[in-house]
Amino acid sequence: MSEAVLPPVTPSGAMIRTLGLVATVCGVLIVTAYEGTLDAVNANKKIALERAVFKVIPGAAKVDEYVATATGIQPAGAAIPEGAVKFYAAYDQAGGLKGIAAEGAAKGYADTVRVMYAYDPAKQAVTGLGVVSMRETPGIGDKIYTDEAFLKNFEALDVQLSSDMKALANAVKVVKHGTKQNAWEIDAISGATVTSKAVGRGINESARKLLPLLVPNLEKLKTAPSPNAQSAVSPPFIKGGEGGFSTVSITHTLTHLSQNPPQPPLSPPGGIEKGWRWQAHLAEEVTS
Amino acid sequence: MIPGQKQLSNLEELLEGVWKQNPVFVMVLGMCPTLAVSVSAMNAVSMGLATTFVLVGSTFLVSLLRNVIPKEVRIATYIVIIATFVTVVDYLIQAISLAVYDALGAFIQLIVVNCIILGRAEAHASKNPPLRSVLNALGMGAGFTVGLFALGGVREILGAGKLFGFSLFGPDFQPWVVMVLPPGGFFVLGAWLLLFNWLNSRKTDAAPAKPAEGHAHV
Amino acid sequence: MNPTPRIELRASPHVVRGNSVERIMFHVVLALLPIAAFSVWQYGLSALAMLVTVTLSCVATERLFNRLSGNPSTLTDWSATITGLILALTLPPAFPLWMAVVAGFTSIALGKALFGGIGCNVLNPALVGRAFVQAAFPVAITTWVPAFAPNRFSEFAPTTFTPPFMTPPDIGEWAKRAVDGFTGATPLARWKFENVLATPADFLTGAVTASAGETSAILILLCGAYLAIRKFMDWRIPVAVLASAALTAYVFQLVDPSRYPDPLFVLLSGGLMIGAVFMATDMATSPVTPRGVWIYGALIGVVTVMIRYFGGLTEGVMYAILIGNALAPLIDQVTQPRVFGQTREKAAMGKKA
Repeated sequence: MSEAVLPPVTPSGAMIRTLGLVATVCGVLIVTAYEGTLDAVNANKKIALERAVFKVIPGAAKVDEYVATATGIQPAGAAIPEGAVKFYAAYDQAGGLKGIAAEGAAKGYADTVRVMYAYDPAKQAVTGLGVVSMRETPGIGDKIYTDEAFLKNFEALDVQLSSDMKALANAVKVVKHGTKQNAWEIDAISGATVTSKAVGRGINESARKLLPLLVPNLEKLKTAPSPNAQSAVSPPFIKGGEGGFSTVSITHTLTHLSQNPPQPPLSPPGGIEKGWRWQAHLAEEVTS
Repeated sequence: MIPGQKQLSNLEELLEGVWKQNPVFVMVLGMCPTLAVSVSAMNAVSMGLATTFVLVGSTFLVSLLRNVIPKEVRIATYIVIIATFVTVVDYLIQAISLAVYDALGAFIQLIVVNCIILGRAEAHASKNPPLRSVLNALGMGAGFTVGLFALGGVREILGAGKLFGFSLFGPDFQPWVVMVLPPGGFFVLGAWLLLFNWLNSRKTDAAPAKPAEGHAHV
Repeated sequence: MNPTPRIELRASPHVVRGNSVERIMFHVVLALLPIAAFSVWQYGLSALAMLVTVTLSCVATERLFNRLSGNPSTLTDWSATITGLILALTLPPAFPLWMAVVAGFTSIALGKALFGGIGCNVLNPALVGRAFVQAAFPVAITTWVPAFAPNRFSEFAPTTFTPPFMTPPDIGEWAKRAVDGFTGATPLARWKFENVLATPADFLTGAVTASAGETSAILILLCGAYLAIRKFMDWRIPVAVLASAALTAYVFQLVDPSRYPDPLFVLLSGGLMIGAVFMATDMATSPVTPRGVWIYGALIGVVTVMIRYFGGLTEGVMYAILIGNALAPLIDQVTQPRVFGQTREKAAMGKKA
């Protein structure tokens, strides 16, 4: 054989032992991190969602997540069943239904444009628009949330259903700037037609799927499902808020979490308390 | 300590990554997150800090275990360790700010393939005690953060007229849209590399001139 | 440094043409001047200020990089002047002057100096500058002013003197005051978004909204013809570009006449004419082989029409030429003419050996 001395080969047992050790250490680290951040992450997600919903439905104080399926509507669980459409029901202080919000998404000029729109069951119309995420050209595509004239389209955008409740009476359509004639048309932004069209398509797609499932079941949503949400003990947070985001929503977040501990097997006895600390910190950030 | 190599002091070890071996400007490593997330100073610094966290954590663990990790499976072990810290930082960022999490997107998970980290584990942490490894990793992380900030700062100032979200020039500023688009990342990186290499070449030009005066340029 | 003695090692015939870089470039400048003059007559003071600013910033940048690199000045070869003039002619007449300076600096610095100066650039410098400002200031570069405004020699457009780094003011009011019923869209944009076709007569009189030097098709062709006849320019490139664009447009019109405009509109609108004659023909960035020249020109024509018809942008000449520039070395490589006396078989054998 060759004259080079082969380096000593590590026995398999040692390798397995070391890898086992490393894997254990890493596993413990990950689980610790997951446990430690879970409540804060959920609270964060809730806050972000509420912010988005409150923006399109002014005056709302509480949000619940639902899914609409062919068999009816139900509170959103961890997994969304096949063919179901997620939406958010917003309630005011007194627990009355303020409006419905849902997300729509369509390919824009650069990337997918995701929007949140408010649906008013009484008017059968879209009554508000917020942008969840987009990467359109700054200065052009971002007019979809800065252009007053464009946002006027969404003060009463007609999305009523056809008489058989199976489809929209009129598909939401984006038309060339300055040629809007019907209540279901969106007047595009001059120079940002592609992005405007993405917004229209996103709303149309979402409304087309959601509304036929939602409208027959609207009665069930008329009042907030958990009346005790308001009676829960509020932690002593500083009063006041910014941008439509009030202390009430944090209260709700906390009660929501304490009433529905997320994924029981993963939530340790101390988890909630830890979560409180995180949220207190977050609340300071938000209210300051 | 490796024989034949000058032992660096702890301070030098720390400063190594900040200037002499700067991951962005000298080693030109980890360019994928560098170019992709440096659209604003906030994103850049967040990414830099996240990477620093992973860098420090993984080199510390690798260095601790350096004598028990069999060389046959060392890369696999390093990757497992790095992936662990990336997962941890992923949760941490979600807990601290969802806005930052959304802005950085997939690039948080992609820290795992950032070659600075595996490079440090293999080239430094596997041969040095924990303290020195952590110092070196801290320096590298700082260097990376500084590099990202240099890009993100310029791109945010020109691309949005802001720095860390604070408007610098008032509402009439004309944003240079290209700077927050992907080409802008290349332009700014190119400009910084030009500056760095120019500074370095001046230094090396000047160095041999000292012993033999008057023969600076032959 | 001693000058290297020049030894000519070439096969006959040895014929010396009096051409030099300086001479060719000087004639290109001469050919560009009538177009620039027409632009000033059409758009007035704003266009004049813009032309002068862009050209000066190009020349100044060239000088700066000469100094930085320690090379002798290359201002006398006129190439920076040409880059400046061409760049200015592709910009909107009322383009803010500070952005014009950015465009001029970028075209020379990024498009030329960093590649090593004249003859070493891969892409047409003027178009690099234009592409940069197009990406940086998408709104300003699509803000147009009306041609032949009555007040064009008495006042500047409000955007011209925008303070550096600031957003230009809205031009709509001013433009409407100057010319009644001004829409602010180029013929290409009006076709694409409103399906309104400009007539050839509009183009020939220059009464359209466009970049500073795009409107005078006849003048561009005349100036191009002068350069081609004096053999300062390869006539095959513009012919290939225009012919392939016209042919592509013709095919599309056969398919669906209601949707696609006629070839004449495609030829006259936008920057196709000036691009074909003055930008695609840049010597450093176009192929040199006889077949390569045709392929290159045809490619630019086809890509232009494709971008106009199917892209998000209204105008595609700039990117078409940049793509052509990038492919020019490759085109040269695959269209190497056979060495005299060599047969196809021999060449193949030679490759194998």
